[in-house]
Amino acid sequence: MNFNRRNFIKTSGAAVAGSMILPPFMQSCQNVQISATVKSYLDHFEVTTGMLQKVIAAAMEKGGNYTDLFFEHRTTNNLGLEDGKVNRAFSNIDFGVGIRVLKGDQTGFAYSEEITLEAMLNAAKMAASIANNPKEFDPDGMLEKTPADYYKISQKWDDVSVKDKVPFVQKVNDKVFGLDSKVTKVNAFMGDETSYVLFYNSEGRLTYDYRPMMRFGVVCVMEKDGQIENAYSARSFRKGFEILTDGLVDEIAQEAVDKTNILFEAGKPKAGEMPVVLGAGGSGILLHEAIGHTFEADFNRKGTSIFSDKLNKKVAENFINIIDDGTLPNDRGAINIDDEGNDVKKTYLVKDGILNSYIHDKISAEFYNVEPTGNGRRESFRYVPIPRMRSTYMEPGPHSKDEIIAEVDYGVYVDNFSNGQVQIGAGDFTFFVKSGYIIEKGKLTQPIKDINIIGNGPEALADISMAADDFKMDSGTWTCGKDGQSVPVTLGLPTVLVKKLTVGGTNV
Amino acid sequence: MTKEEKYSLARWAMEHAIKNGAQQASVIISDSRSSSIEVREQKIDKLEQSNQHGLTIRLFVDKKYSSHSTNRLNKPELEGFIEEAIAATKYLSEDEFRTLPAPELYYEGGGPDLQTVDNDYDNVDPQAKIDAAFATENEAFGKDERIISVTASYNDGINERVMVTSNGFEGDTSNSYFQLVASVSVKGEDARPESYWYETAIFYDKLKKDGIGKTALKRVLNKLGQEKIESATLPMIVENRSAGNLLNPLINALNGSSIQQKQSFLIDKIGEKVASEKLTITDDPFIVGGRGSHLFDGEGLAAKKRSVFDKGILKTYFIDTYYGKKLEMEPTSGGTSNLVFETGNKDIEGLIASLDKGILVTGFNGGNCNGSTGDFSYGIDGFLIENGEIVKPVSEMNITGNMKDLWMNIAEVGNDVNKNSSWLTPSIMFSKVDFSGI
Repeated sequence: MNFNRRNFIKTSGAAVAGSMILPPFMQSCQNVQISATVKSYLDHFEVTTGMLQKVIAAAMEKGGNYTDLFFEHRTTNNLGLEDGKVNRAFSNIDFGVGIRVLKGDQTGFAYSEEITLEAMLNAAKMAASIANNPKEFDPDGMLEKTPADYYKISQKWDDVSVKDKVPFVQKVNDKVFGLDSKVTKVNAFMGDETSYVLFYNSEGRLTYDYRPMMRFGVVCVMEKDGQIENAYSARSFRKGFEILTDGLVDEIAQEAVDKTNILFEAGKPKAGEMPVVLGAGGSGILLHEAIGHTFEADFNRKGTSIFSDKLNKKVAENFINIIDDGTLPNDRGAINIDDEGNDVKKTYLVKDGILNSYIHDKISAEFYNVEPTGNGRRESFRYVPIPRMRSTYMEPGPHSKDEIIAEVDYGVYVDNFSNGQVQIGAGDFTFFVKSGYIIEKGKLTQPIKDINIIGNGPEALADISMAADDFKMDSGTWTCGKDGQSVPVTLGLPTVLVKKLTVGGTNV
Repeated sequence: MTKEEKYSLARWAMEHAIKNGAQQASVIISDSRSSSIEVREQKIDKLEQSNQHGLTIRLFVDKKYSSHSTNRLNKPELEGFIEEAIAATKYLSEDEFRTLPAPELYYEGGGPDLQTVDNDYDNVDPQAKIDAAFATENEAFGKDERIISVTASYNDGINERVMVTSNGFEGDTSNSYFQLVASVSVKGEDARPESYWYETAIFYDKLKKDGIGKTALKRVLNKLGQEKIESATLPMIVENRSAGNLLNPLINALNGSSIQQKQSFLIDKIGEKVASEKLTITDDPFIVGGRGSHLFDGEGLAAKKRSVFDKGILKTYFIDTYYGKKLEMEPTSGGTSNLVFETGNKDIEGLIASLDKGILVTGFNGGNCNGSTGDFSYGIDGFLIENGEIVKPVSEMNITGNMKDLWMNIAEVGNDVNKNSSWLTPSIMFSKVDFSGI
């Protein structure tokens, strides 16, 4: 079993994807019939089905009622450009297995960076100690589950050399400098990530996933009459090398330049409560912060969310449908299986204005006695899965963008954001606006920048009085943090009007 | 892995890089262990244990630079990893500013024991950890009928790292932490406010183990009855544990990378008055038992005590070797160690009592600061103060302004330093800040 791993990191990736090299239906020592693809994942992690069953048995021996094993091998590559040259590269390899034991809603968790039977049994014993009523574990039969295929790609990152990626990073620099003479500094980055995941649980479910990801972006700094401003533009997808094109380079270069330019004219609005029009796309941050997190069922199960007793109640206007979806093709938020091995769904959080579903992991789905929604996610094998969003968006509404802006006498229009946050219990959420406009008498007037907007989740949801037909998904590098774990997500929105939010600004 | 095994592997990896085409290299090998016990509803909700290790190698190949890390430390695989990394580096552009530090700037040994690690980490009784978590929960659990949820957790960890460089540096550091946290949610009229409290220590015996649950409960009950209030320009007191959030953009602006990449609002300001004369901060790496104490930094540069702000005058930037070369400045260190304030003579109660009208900020809710301009806007958690007393909790408020103006407007620096952090922030009062409400 202990073959020379010298080229493991490089070639094994190709072996996994090109699984047809292997003969189908290899026999394992347990006489379990498994596909060639699963066999290739087992080989990749140097485990057999027999070993997996031994580890599960050890994890269950103290009386736990559920165990899962999450094997992961992740390779990350980043290229950076500064002062005109692609002059830095970073890479990381992370490899290991997380072992989780549940006893009701109690969790025992340990992980091992060494995937040997001995190391796994040690970790299993640690995780097992959450329970203390030893009992015989009667294993279920092994059942292979073929994952969905939401991220088809044509050129795997495993096969792409630094040499092939460098020119695109260089081009975006040159393009930004070429677009505007005020540009003084450019920082560009290009990152790719490849994860191989193998999953097995005490219910016998055996599944796997291959997860590619890329991100490509540029920061533009300009100077004008002593004033310095900067803005950035980025895209991220579960796609392969084929996504890098001159068209994409031009798109993000132009966007970064436009976003920076507008800042020189921008000021601050008057502080206070006012109508806020959220432009289509990145404004989906409203859904993520105001609604998404507070719908996560771990908070609701514990009664700590402001939405805790609002299931099946009317929370918004009838035309509002809000979705959390893990199935969007090649989307940054897509996953073929969640990190608890469950199928991934398109989940209506709000349907026709009614709170339709929370966002569930295995523990909360059992608590609420519902089907898992495929939202159990973890940053890596080092963490326990918890309810997390994927791609969160609102379906188009009945109004038009012009109609919505025309409705506002004095307020702000915002469409470019950097970050947000929410207090789950109080429901107060915030998002930071990089740029937007003041609306006066139904028209966009003065540009604004760098203000925080704050509101209350249930009130803001109820206050969405108009939604347009111009829905747009945002493809930026959104990363969501919770309990110290980061996961990739996306968001989207049509143009909407929120009747009132508190806008940061000046008091003159 | 023992320390000697780490040194041995680090030297081997460094030499392998040099043999295969790197002119310079540095290697860090670290391992860390941690444990965590979370309790809720009088039972253990989550038990976690971890044990991890990793190698990071920085490569300088034909004037080109890259950095790589892995948690797979067997030599045959590392050989391939390093060789591929060197091959990949050759496709990058040259960067004349990339080198290891000048050897004369390295720490040369002989420094004092800064007490950064508890050598009894492994001897802490696991049952005592569990008991501490339950005791913390019990201080709040069932103590008020409005309580919805109490969670308490005990966390600890230990880390050891060694670093070697191809131009002569060898050094190792060890750090440990112990932490108790309580968070409590209560039912208000509609909202369900949550608050938390924590204590941390480098040594288990020094961890304050009582009062945490009680304080979390007291803080969340204080939040009941939150109200939106009108926009106003008012004095602001920021509680010691939250003051770091406002200090952060100011320190970021001193970073070599921010300066050189023009993402700082304090470019070319050394020697100038950039803040109120009430602001005096020293970066002191040598505090025994300090959370940020060290004898050398991440590059091996010997640590030095430095004045950062002296009565509002900017005294130093935080410059590593790379940005030092780019900026033609002497490297200081790429980051802070312990930031020590010159303190005033009032604690937070004293500061509150001194205000006719203002806002006490006890936490931040989102927001950001534009690093190039210093423009900021943050959501806040806090209380309205009138006639020297707390009147009521406020909700949905933002503060908005510019960092340069904010730090010029310090009214008073408190004396109640937060020792849970390497940034030893006291409570700070600012004379006027724009608050947005209704």
